[in-house]
Amino acid sequence: MTRRRRRQLFEKEISACSIFGAMDRSGERFRGDGVIKAIANMHVRGNGLGGGFAAYGIYPRYQDYYAFHIMFTGPNMEVKKDAKRVTDAFLAEGFDVVHDEEIPYDDQTRVRDPPLAWRYFVTPNKKGEEAKLPDEDYIVSKVMWVNTRIDNAYVFSSGKNMGVFKGVGFPEEIAEYFMLDRLYEGYIWTAHGRFPTNTQAWWGGAHPFGLLDWTVVHNGEISSYGTNRRYLEMFGYSCTLQTDTEVITYAVDLLMRRQKLPISVVSKILSPPIWNSIDKMSDRERKLATTLRMVYGPLLMNGPFTIIIAHEGEMIGLTDRIRLRPLTAATRGDMLYLSSEEASIRLISPELDEVWTPNGGEPVVGQLNCRKLV
Amino acid sequence: MDKFPPEPGPGLADCCQVHCRIPGPDESAFGRPPVAGGSVPDGATEKERGFTMDSREIDASGLVHRELNDRLMEAMLSGADRLVVRNVYGQRYIGTRLYQPGQSKKLEIEVFGTPGSDLGAFMSGHHIRVHGNVQDGVGNTMDDGEIVVEGRAGDVLGMSMRGGKIFIRDEAGYRTALHMKEYLDKKPVLVIGDSAQDFMGEYMAGGIVIVLALKKKAHRANFIGTGMHGGVIYLRGQVEKSQLGREVEIFELDDQDREILDRHVGEFLQRFPELKVSREEVLKENFVKLMPLSKRPYGKLYAY
Repeated sequence: MTRRRRRQLFEKEISACSIFGAMDRSGERFRGDGVIKAIANMHVRGNGLGGGFAAYGIYPRYQDYYAFHIMFTGPNMEVKKDAKRVTDAFLAEGFDVVHDEEIPYDDQTRVRDPPLAWRYFVTPNKKGEEAKLPDEDYIVSKVMWVNTRIDNAYVFSSGKNMGVFKGVGFPEEIAEYFMLDRLYEGYIWTAHGRFPTNTQAWWGGAHPFGLLDWTVVHNGEISSYGTNRRYLEMFGYSCTLQTDTEVITYAVDLLMRRQKLPISVVSKILSPPIWNSIDKMSDRERKLATTLRMVYGPLLMNGPFTIIIAHEGEMIGLTDRIRLRPLTAATRGDMLYLSSEEASIRLISPELDEVWTPNGGEPVVGQLNCRKLV
Repeated sequence: MDKFPPEPGPGLADCCQVHCRIPGPDESAFGRPPVAGGSVPDGATEKERGFTMDSREIDASGLVHRELNDRLMEAMLSGADRLVVRNVYGQRYIGTRLYQPGQSKKLEIEVFGTPGSDLGAFMSGHHIRVHGNVQDGVGNTMDDGEIVVEGRAGDVLGMSMRGGKIFIRDEAGYRTALHMKEYLDKKPVLVIGDSAQDFMGEYMAGGIVIVLALKKKAHRANFIGTGMHGGVIYLRGQVEKSQLGREVEIFELDDQDREILDRHVGEFLQRFPELKVSREEVLKENFVKLMPLSKRPYGKLYAY
């Protein structure tokens, strides 16, 4: 019997980033195991070149201090330690460091080329000219300084009572590496599985991106990156992490924290309605939409995207205006879930009160029922 | 030499060995007792006599999409008629690979859980019933058969569909029936019980889409039928001209349309008795028909 040789089939990459977010709107903190299970269920959407988590409410002991997560990269330990020495000196000058330690990790987990990851709990020690700056602006300028001026050192998390954990690997591997299911409890968890399309994968380039307590996970591609970056540079943000998601984080920081715009307006800036739809609006709405497009034109995020933005007490899901990337939202009691795929939500919460497909450009917002935190 | 070996062994190896792991006998899902009918070793002969239906159950927990689809294929090749798949959480392409050239048997597949994207993609004639919601890309380029969903669907439902029927009990997401097509007697039908979101019928080239809006009477979608150049969309209730793409127009129904609606709405309601609504009740409401103005809306745009 002669066997016909089968043609080797082209193995198609079916990947696309996966994002997931879970929030307990009562402020109850929960372990990360469910979120890890959910993001791992979307394994095929990523390709193992990036995974990460952001968790809110994880450092109640140090809740009044800014928690800096800093990675020191380099070909060997010497280089990493050198970067840490320079950073330590820099932090000692501008901050009171109340506690610092290596971020605990499981050395049994096989991840590629992990950096030295250290966390510092700090409070600003402002001197001279800088004494006039609000704390948050001070932190931002120092974070930008570390990221641009100190070789091989990157601050990847800088908020209070929250933390970003990320790296190169599948999200479930990163979770295992940082032991997220065992060590931390938070009331918001966001997660990301990456399929990098335009830039090389590295630990700093994984999602979430964070500045102060604002974090962003992102599925898609920002084709307006150049325009957005140049605009943000005028406000003192420098893009150093070699990926487009960074601009969303800084745009959100600029619009929501510094300019104090509500998400209903911010969503109209990042993913504005198209002119056809603006034409159909009432006079008032049309005036607002037109003004926003004129004033904030350079912050329009062009291209397909879905993002989950989180900061203290709030989680927001948003897609581009014509919904070119998936997002499913669901609620169960106080829980709000946002996910690239419904199956991942069902896996950890089989019964749901409501499940829906959010409209393009319309944010899904989850807020704490009471603003008081742990 | 037998062209299509009836034994599972060589047939399975032939079709599955390219990339996938073949489950060993000890991990086969068929060790468990069948739900009904019984899968006895000589089931095939009994079936030929018309005595029994070979029904089997597959537990999808912990299986990745390739493993699950291997098991479905294995079951089909070894003579199953009906498959009950439980604990499905996001496994893609269910129903896609169930194809052997020259083989005409069609399976009944029941899915419990939330199947992954591209359910029934390229599917050739099987019937799938999902007890729950479905994700994106259901019926992608589906050729024939039927998908019934007791719940809601995600985006790009029925994308490029070229035959068969899809019935969604509740609502559907963005870009329903994106580039659905038809050729001669191959005419896909898609019925949605509730409503669909923006860009329904985008670049649609053929087929029939019926949206019943049983819960919400008003259609809130925009850009309906953008770039549409074939096929027909029936909407129950009203729609504003401003909600439509510029390539479509609203038409009155004629007798032939009534006949089409009568048939497909009847089929839809038959599949969802839990809706507790009669065909007459549904059909007495006003319907509008959307058809493209041109078969080649962009002919002048891209031709020089």
